[in-house]
Amino acid sequence: MKSFEYARAETRLDATTDARNGAAIIAGGTNLLDLMKLEVMTPQSIVDINRLDLGTIDVTEEGGLRIGALVTNSDLAGHSTVKRDYEVLSRALLAGASAQLRNKATTGGNLLQRTRCGYFYDTAMPCNKRAPGTGCQAKEGFNRSLAVLGTSEHCIASHPSDMAVAMMALNAIVEVEGHDGTSRQIALNDLYCLPGTTPDIETTLQPGDLITAVRLPKPVEASQIYRKVRDRSSYAFALVSIAALVKVEDGKISTAALAFGGLAPKPWRNSEIEAELMGKAPSNALFDRAADILLTDAQGYGENDFKIPLARRTLKAVLSTLTEVSQ
Amino acid sequence: MTAHLKMNESQPPVLDEMAQGVIGTPTPRRDGPLKVTGQATYAAEVGDGTEAVGMLVRATIAKGRVTSIDETATLALPGVLTIITDERMLRNPAQGGANEAPVQGPRDVAYFGQPIALVVAETFEHARHAAQNISVTYEILPDAITDFLDGDAPIERPAAKQIEQGDIESAMRDAAFSVDATYTTPSQNSAAMEPHASIAWWDGEKVTLHSSLQMLKFNRNELADSLGIDPENVRVLAPYVGGGFGSKLGLAPEAVAAALAAKELGRPVRVVMTRPQVFETTMRRSATHQRLRLAANEQGELTAIGHDALVSNLPGEAFSEPVALATHFLYAGKNRSYSHQIARVNLTCAGSMRAPGEAVGMLALENAMDELAHDAGIDPVELRLRNIPEDHPEKDKKFSSHCLADCLTTGAKRFGWEKRNPTPGAVREGEWLIGVGMSSAARGNILHEAKARVILHSDATVSVETDMTDIGTGTYTILAQIAGEMLGLPLDRIEVKLGDTDFPPAAGSGGSWGAGSTGSAVFLACQTLRSEIADLLGTDPAELTIKDGSIISGNVQHELAQLLTRDLSAIGHIEPGKTSDEVEQATFGAHFAEVAVNAVTGETRVRRMLGVFSAGRILNMQTARSQCHGGMIFGIGSALTEELVHDLRDGHIVNHNLAEYHVPVNLDVPQIDAVFLEERDSWANPMQSKGVGELGISGAGAAITNAIFNATGVRVRDYPATLDKVLKGLPEM
Ligand SMILES: Cc1cc2nc3c(=O)[nH]c(=O)nc-3n(C[C@H](O)[C@H](O)[C@H](O)COP(=O)(O)OP(=O)(O)OC[C@H]3O[C@@H](n4cnc5c(N)ncnc54)[C@H](O)[C@@H]3O)c2cc1C
Ligand code: SF4
Repeated sequence: MKSFEYARAETRLDATTDARNGAAIIAGGTNLLDLMKLEVMTPQSIVDINRLDLGTIDVTEEGGLRIGALVTNSDLAGHSTVKRDYEVLSRALLAGASAQLRNKATTGGNLLQRTRCGYFYDTAMPCNKRAPGTGCQAKEGFNRSLAVLGTSEHCIASHPSDMAVAMMALNAIVEVEGHDGTSRQIALNDLYCLPGTTPDIETTLQPGDLITAVRLPKPVEASQIYRKVRDRSSYAFALVSIAALVKVEDGKISTAALAFGGLAPKPWRNSEIEAELMGKAPSNALFDRAADILLTDAQGYGENDFKIPLARRTLKAVLSTLTEVSQ
Repeated sequence: MTAHLKMNESQPPVLDEMAQGVIGTPTPRRDGPLKVTGQATYAAEVGDGTEAVGMLVRATIAKGRVTSIDETATLALPGVLTIITDERMLRNPAQGGANEAPVQGPRDVAYFGQPIALVVAETFEHARHAAQNISVTYEILPDAITDFLDGDAPIERPAAKQIEQGDIESAMRDAAFSVDATYTTPSQNSAAMEPHASIAWWDGEKVTLHSSLQMLKFNRNELADSLGIDPENVRVLAPYVGGGFGSKLGLAPEAVAAALAAKELGRPVRVVMTRPQVFETTMRRSATHQRLRLAANEQGELTAIGHDALVSNLPGEAFSEPVALATHFLYAGKNRSYSHQIARVNLTCAGSMRAPGEAVGMLALENAMDELAHDAGIDPVELRLRNIPEDHPEKDKKFSSHCLADCLTTGAKRFGWEKRNPTPGAVREGEWLIGVGMSSAARGNILHEAKARVILHSDATVSVETDMTDIGTGTYTILAQIAGEMLGLPLDRIEVKLGDTDFPPAAGSGGSWGAGSTGSAVFLACQTLRSEIADLLGTDPAELTIKDGSIISGNVQHELAQLLTRDLSAIGHIEPGKTSDEVEQATFGAHFAEVAVNAVTGETRVRRMLGVFSAGRILNMQTARSQCHGGMIFGIGSALTEELVHDLRDGHIVNHNLAEYHVPVNLDVPQIDAVFLEERDSWANPMQSKGVGELGISGAGAAITNAIFNATGVRVRDYPATLDKVLKGLPEM
């Protein structure tokens, strides 16, 4: 670990000012500290935001929820409104990490956790994300857990979060405060960038930005599922995960929101899938078409080829469960 | 006084005649409360704060030579004290029982991750930062071999391991049923909770090493030889070890590095491996490639067994995964054929990991038996029962005791095996395909030379002293039980001191021989003390009944504490003898597993497991059961998740952390039942016990993959059976 300066932010301005000057924001530290120990990230200084008043969950005027950036994954998963109205989120959170980690991990930190690509974590390896221009060692290496959608020749990393996948399906909005004290709102889908030629740039946040909260719109009436496929029963990242909210009325699909984890560099949403499903009677053939749309551009890199058929099967199972169409 | 026994003949059931009643009874580990309250200090925790801290520097090439290290720049970093590149540093960890220095010389690089230097600094963080940023130049040799299946790998074929009996080819041709299948298992790591760690300090010419090790009498000589000093000047301490599983049998690189640095700096030096270093620089279990051939007649009686194994290790390493160990004696069959090939590769050193040989060999053998049972339409339990040999099938030897049949039938009954649907893929609960599978378990039994001192104090308390280690298995507890039973004293009057080479040398923990070997030394010492007590009373030791410190001899009661006027002390010394050669000693068992395989995703969840075992006298039912539970959980990992992934471009281990190297977590482990049959083995040792530490893993994973086949009809022959491999065989949706 490289030596670093530590500062505790008493105000948001402290945090954004320090961050603007290059400090890494530390919340739960469950990802940042690991990366610092391995020197994958070597900030000169860190600013601790844990004393800021960002730890509450409040009902918004629109009837949605405002989740403070410092709300822990455990508290969010256990919150009664979340369990009742945003079940998919509670389930996604509980499917992630371990109880100990969830007690420390925060909402803001979870959104910004970095890929688990093994080459990214090992400073002896070339990696365009960690050291731009050095190459992507994963493409022809061990890429079992990496992405098949939205990749580029420069990086095929997958985004590891479960929480963000559920939030994506819930149309979450990220509330950000800049170093000049102004607050702005970014649709979660617009928070993340695809790797393209600059895999080191992962979000649209600017230096000095502090995530203050995540806003969920008013709950929709729909059946909700978070399904996570992984190598062991717990404490493993998703190979494929799906957050889904679906409602069937008069034999036709009237609500559909789907987001995917484990498949792409960001929590993945494709509105064409939902458009295809809307207004149609659920059937195995329809689900296949949905999977076709999801996977048309999918590209495997060897070890992760299996994710493509796995995603198809998992999507079909999720849709059939939610619409009660038997396979 | 020394009581010496060489095991040349079978032994009477002495422990059964004792009165205390503590032997065999389920007794919690005495080190348990110390561990959960943090009072048991591990190697990384000892010291008074004055020590310097070292961090190993890893090679980042697969093969070549270090041409220079920029020491000036590194020494200029904050907190850095020195850089050790001494030629005596270890390149490879020592194999179990090496008893001499392993491969030394950190400048020549034989594998990615090999230690090439030690940076010593004031704090762990300083040392780690410097080790991470040290600038090294290499001369890279282009001919590194990282794929053991690659035809370019140099292959060795040890003559003694190429065995032909009869004619397997014609037996296969003439067979009513036959199997000829290839299985592969990946590299693995023991992943013990406590990372390898050492702290060393010198007092003049004498060095003390407090470390995490399994076999101290050998480790002491390994350290002395590595440093080039007299073993008399080396003391090794390892009172608490947080798991070893074979990875701490021999000295690891951090130990010698700590000693060299402490000498140079004239102050204690601590070196703790990070988790990635544990994966990269301590023993891995070799990946294996195995071809199994089985031939059987109409009745399912084996007429031939063939087991061809290809394993890997670094050039020059003597150890090679002894894949076919159990195949030699488990089943009958006249025609037998074995080959054993070692591919020389540039990968992390391969060595012993829990049940070397059986743990991987039985995966293949027991899968092949399942394939044969299926093809022949014979129940898998019945197939095994039909092939239990009377005597050793390859040598002119009797078994010392043999309860496989009983394990199989008892297990089948307890598990409800008769309810099994033999048609694969026939049982479904919603999305889940349900299946059951079984396998035999077998593990050879070993006795090693061991010594222990037992002191019977005049207040009728006892001290047991030996350099034996307790690596989390229960050694502290069972040695107290043995002494308590023999001397008729409750356990709270017995102190057990372990893990110090100043005590008499024991056998160490490994190969499941620890309890039988060191326990026998304690037993023998106690037997001598019983004779001395008898002498004090002028009677024969056979006439003594001692319980709770009261002696009854010829209808007269005496109190031990009053009888003793001084401390009595004896050293027990056991040595293996003819019974190791003239009879075949092994432990046996049967595994049963039920799995649910998700028909959508191919995810496998183990629903329940049962193991029925026979291992001679059980010294402590609770710790023995825990050992078998642990072994069976290892079996879950081997079957479903564990794989050390080498990037074949440079051999480096990609998943060198516990987030990505998947050992089973709580939720992966179902209700596990481990049952022991009542047995005595009079040929094994004077306690008539046998080893249990590795029996539980032997065959366990095969029961699970056999259950996957029963559930789905998918035969995964390439371990671990991750969901992608199962998925390939599942029906379309
Ligand atoms: C072994 C292991 C297994 C795991 N398994 C899973 C899993 O299965 N599923 C899953 O989803 N996650 C998993 N995780 C990841 C875990 O969820 C994240 O580490 C955690 O959510 C990060 O939150 P944190 O508060 O600790 O973030 P930190 O480590 O504090 O920060 C992470 C990043 O976010 C930035 N940051 C934090 N807060 C803010 C803010 N308010 N504004 C701006 N920037 C901010 C930091 O600067 C840093 O770059 C696992 C982690 C580990 C170690
Ligand atoms: S996939 Fe991305 S993170 Fe992984 S090695 Fe390639 S560039 Fe680096």
